[in-house]
Amino acid sequence: MTHKSVSIFDGKILAPALGDTFRKLDPRLMVKNPVMFVTLVGAAISTVEIFRSPADQVLFVVQIAIWLWFTVLFANFAEAVAEGRGKAQAKALRQTRTQTSANKISDDEKIKTVDADSLRKDDVIVVRAGEIIPADGEIIYGAATVDESAITGESAPVVREAGGDRSAVTGGTRVLSDEIRIRITCNPGEGFLDRMISLVEGASRQKTPNELALTILLAALTIVFLLAVVTLKPLGIYSGVTFSNPVLIALLVCLIPTTIGGLLSAIGIAGMDRLLQKNVLAMSGRAVEAAGDVDVLLLDKTGTITLGNRQATAFLPAAGVTERELADAAQLASLADETPEGRSIVVLAKNFGIRAREIHELPGAQFVPFTAQTRMSGVNYEGQQIRKGAATAVKQFLGGTLSPEIESAVETVSRSGGTPLVVATQERALGVVHLKDIVKGGLAERFQRFRAMGIRTVMITGDNQLTAAAIAAEAGVDDFLAEAKPEDKLALIRKEQTGGRMVAMIGDGTNDAPALAQADVGVAMNTGTQAAKEAGNMVDLDSNPTKLLEIIEIGKQLLITRGALTTFSIANDIAKYFAIIPAMLMVTFPVIAPLNIMHLHSPNSAILSAVIFNALVIIALIPLALRGVKFRPLGAAQMLQRNLLIYGVGGVIVPFVGIKLIDVIIAGLHLA
Amino acid sequence: MNIHQWLELALYLGALILVTKPLGLYLGRVFDANGRTWLDPLVRPLEKLTYWIFRVDPAKEQGWKQYTFAMLTFSLVSLLFTYTILRLQNFLPLNPQNFPALSEHLAFNTAVSFTTNTNWQSYAGESTMSYLSQMVALTIHNFFSAAVGMAVAAALVRGIARHTAQTIGNFWVDVTRITYYLLLPLCLVFAIFLVSQGMIQNFKPYTSAKLIESQTISVQKNDANGKPIVDARGNPVMENQTLDTQTIVQGPMASQVAIKMLGTNGGGYANANAAHPFENPTPLSNFLQMLALLCIGSAMTYHLGRETKNQKHGWSVWSAMFAMCLAGILICWWAEARGNPQHQQLGIAAADGNMEGKEVRFGIMNSALFATVTTDASCGAVNSMHDSFTPLGGLVPLFNIQTGEVIFGGVGAGLYGMLIFVVLTVFIAGLMVGRTPEYLGKKIESYDVKMVLLASVILAFVILGFTAWASVSDWGKSSLANQGPHGLSEILYAYTSGAGNNGSAFAGLNANTPWYDTTLGIAMLLGRFGMIIPLLALAGSLARKKIIPASAGTFSVSGVTFVVLLVGTILLIGALTFLPALALGPIVEHLLMLKGNLF
Repeated sequence: MTHKSVSIFDGKILAPALGDTFRKLDPRLMVKNPVMFVTLVGAAISTVEIFRSPADQVLFVVQIAIWLWFTVLFANFAEAVAEGRGKAQAKALRQTRTQTSANKISDDEKIKTVDADSLRKDDVIVVRAGEIIPADGEIIYGAATVDESAITGESAPVVREAGGDRSAVTGGTRVLSDEIRIRITCNPGEGFLDRMISLVEGASRQKTPNELALTILLAALTIVFLLAVVTLKPLGIYSGVTFSNPVLIALLVCLIPTTIGGLLSAIGIAGMDRLLQKNVLAMSGRAVEAAGDVDVLLLDKTGTITLGNRQATAFLPAAGVTERELADAAQLASLADETPEGRSIVVLAKNFGIRAREIHELPGAQFVPFTAQTRMSGVNYEGQQIRKGAATAVKQFLGGTLSPEIESAVETVSRSGGTPLVVATQERALGVVHLKDIVKGGLAERFQRFRAMGIRTVMITGDNQLTAAAIAAEAGVDDFLAEAKPEDKLALIRKEQTGGRMVAMIGDGTNDAPALAQADVGVAMNTGTQAAKEAGNMVDLDSNPTKLLEIIEIGKQLLITRGALTTFSIANDIAKYFAIIPAMLMVTFPVIAPLNIMHLHSPNSAILSAVIFNALVIIALIPLALRGVKFRPLGAAQMLQRNLLIYGVGGVIVPFVGIKLIDVIIAGLHLA
Repeated sequence: MNIHQWLELALYLGALILVTKPLGLYLGRVFDANGRTWLDPLVRPLEKLTYWIFRVDPAKEQGWKQYTFAMLTFSLVSLLFTYTILRLQNFLPLNPQNFPALSEHLAFNTAVSFTTNTNWQSYAGESTMSYLSQMVALTIHNFFSAAVGMAVAAALVRGIARHTAQTIGNFWVDVTRITYYLLLPLCLVFAIFLVSQGMIQNFKPYTSAKLIESQTISVQKNDANGKPIVDARGNPVMENQTLDTQTIVQGPMASQVAIKMLGTNGGGYANANAAHPFENPTPLSNFLQMLALLCIGSAMTYHLGRETKNQKHGWSVWSAMFAMCLAGILICWWAEARGNPQHQQLGIAAADGNMEGKEVRFGIMNSALFATVTTDASCGAVNSMHDSFTPLGGLVPLFNIQTGEVIFGGVGAGLYGMLIFVVLTVFIAGLMVGRTPEYLGKKIESYDVKMVLLASVILAFVILGFTAWASVSDWGKSSLANQGPHGLSEILYAYTSGAGNNGSAFAGLNANTPWYDTTLGIAMLLGRFGMIIPLLALAGSLARKKIIPASAGTFSVSGVTFVVLLVGTILLIGALTFLPALALGPIVEHLLMLKGNLF
């Protein structure tokens, strides 16, 4: 799949969106959006009014009716485009499922080729090298390298194996080697992609809590303006002014918050689209909204804050041992150690002029692998038993004592955030290897930005207190939880939530599932287990732990866009009043002229200009609604001032300019 | 607008600032069921006795539904009590003038009016009410309606301050403590002060004075049914009447005036209200009456800050109120001082502005100041006739009421009205910091928004609905003394004043008709309880929520930005709702006046 975002006005999206725009005129759908429903009714009444208007007003009423219809259509169009974009992205993901057949294993262990669409949950299939996995599932037997680039864009193949935390496979990915048996975990149409697609489609889309609250506000404003306008009729009768229905409807539609009312659902859908562009599938709109509210980020140290592996950075020899002797011993002990740590020791030793020896160069060498019992690895060579391991393990190996200077070296390394490995022969400890966690670049600044936004970062690690504290300081996180067991994570989330905070975390393992379910925003990695994916409310297809930071930014951006356009919409009303109220009263009370501060051409042109502006502003703001307002990581106070200046003050000024311009054009064209 | 007047204004505002904190601290003790005050030795036994008589367990708090039920029961019972007394006035004692019983509609209107802290008066007190009616039927409401308003505000503040709580206080305890510890002692002191200024306090029958110069006035001639007789062309038949005696009002005035101001009731003892020489004898009494009507409203903001442990928020809410108060005073004063250009052209203008309908004793500045603050608060006492203000000067009181009387406001009502706008501001602007809206750590969710909007929509609904109805009905138009835009302003003002529980009148409108009495009564009931009930529901909902600790990412409810936002929201929502109606009334009238047309 390509990762470029789909352009807002891509022809492939626009054409079906135009069709949807009209399909959405169905009053049964419109009624879900009270603001636009009132506009629709207004447009319908104005259309009828065309035939009841005096001859000299027909042109005016026709124009009013046309622009009111446009207002409704523009709003529908905004929603249709947002939906279309989400669908296009989801479709692109779906197209990766080109596999049409699957090798199903029946109960009598016979392999039968069936249609991929006929697979049901709990069916077992076999996938061989070169084949595409037909549906989401879990490996129950075997291991294989899998090319997941179709989903993640990452070209390097990954290993997937039965049991443990790497057993989940996604439909549409390709097996490169070996053969695996997979138990299907979802019925067709219920996979993550299908859920995602249904979330951006109008039919099954549920309003998020904040969207619902905002809809109530907009509905209440609509009721208030409805009152203000409806009562104008009798007040007009009292004052000897006759307000025609089209004029009253024009005033009403201009006053009710059509801008935000028309764009509200598009903003919500676009938020999900943007997540999808980042290769994150949200399981609910509520999760996206919650992301903006997150107060605490739980980040696993390994993989998120540090590169996955530790590296040897220094040899600290014991008294009477040279650095070179220690390096030599350490290298010997690590030759058979294929872990990244082991290899980094071999590499570091080269700096002391010790060339990397091959295992076959050492006849008679007997390599001792790491076991959970000894917690050491090493080699028996030329009568020497060389071992490396954690200080406590080596201490036991040496009969329970370590020299004070070794103890202090171990202490120093631990305190600086490193992991000390003690290298020893059966006689004595030779020294300490300093293994260091490498903190990813740029994280400290990023956490700094989060702090400015009031978000606290907590690092979770199995390391001891000292090590954890040092890495936490280097990475710039606010807090850390050391020697953490999976259940500690859950307890920490519960504790933060009891304090009223919202917690986000990212995880992959089965033992992360309870914590993922408890967190307000739980992002499961796509490489993780099925259990983890079911428990979280988002799935990161790239399995990139730092993605959490981007998810939060998208959540915040979504909320800001909503607030900004609401403010803009309400602020617009001032100018519209100044356009329409004088125009309505001008004939009966010519003294009202000073209130026509925009010096609009005529009463009709003033009203028409306001209506046209009101419709056009929806179209003009569609790109902003879909893209989201520009997000800067600032503190609340600066963020508010900035947005208030742009969308509040701007919202007051822009319509004055816009309405005046439209009025000049209308007057120039003699339309009113 | 001379230097003395500026100094007086500065003195008034300075005094208001000074009383805010000490009174606010005292309020906190009154609202706390276990709070200690220096009145304890005296009042505590009385308080305990009251609980014992009414079987109230002061330690037992109520959830919002129980609280609301208690509040409604209390209001209904006291409303019926007053209605009964007014209907039976002629059979009851302390009626030296032998006033008859009030009509059904006037008794309904008056009972509702005093129960809802509106104190709209469709009658002239000195020619309608017996001393018993004034002292018992009406004055108890001056205390109780004020206490109910404060109790509701205190409950709402508790809801905001508490977390994961099921209760919002005990209504009976709140009302008892507010009455005993706050209103009664303050009124006692204030009434004694007012008597020292020359205000009357007695049970004497009205006295008659012979005029030095008899006067002849022309009045409408009425038939036996009290209907005006009209001639063949439809004009009323006039007849001359010679007046040579004047009846001077007497009675227990100081005791009622003290609570009238402190409780922001505003119902005058005399029809002329605070313009009457007895009801407002000296400049000092005028000054302190104005201070009395804003001081509790101002102190409530301090209590909000203290209770929520965010004093900055309390002062920010205060600042928003203060800024709007000052702006209103200056606009009104300026408009009145500028006067009527028509008068100036005719050479009949008073030197310092529009003196029509104003007491010479108080002058332009004190009249404009009084008019502004009495409508800032939901008081409605007047020391001048708002009807005679210039259109723009009259627009200020009207707009003050239409924005919900949130500029300090009625005791309690001002704060809970303001909190509606605070929550709305937080909800609209709060999103712009990238979080779902939260107010002092409480998430504002659908239910809360629904309640806040219910409370605010009801005002627009009642005001605009009834005004529109009255303006096209015969019953509505026949009561008007003025035609044209000014007549519309009068109707609009009446319903605005009723629904806003203000009670001041634009005069010029004969509201004592069955239609107006009844519709205004309904407007007052809806305006009061239609607002209180959703707000208590809001208090209950907020009390149950968890508090999210504030962080750098939290929307701040203090500081200049917030004050500007809050004022902006109030002006915008107020202006947007009522601008069309205002345009047809005072705005057109103002422009017409500038062009030479008067109504």
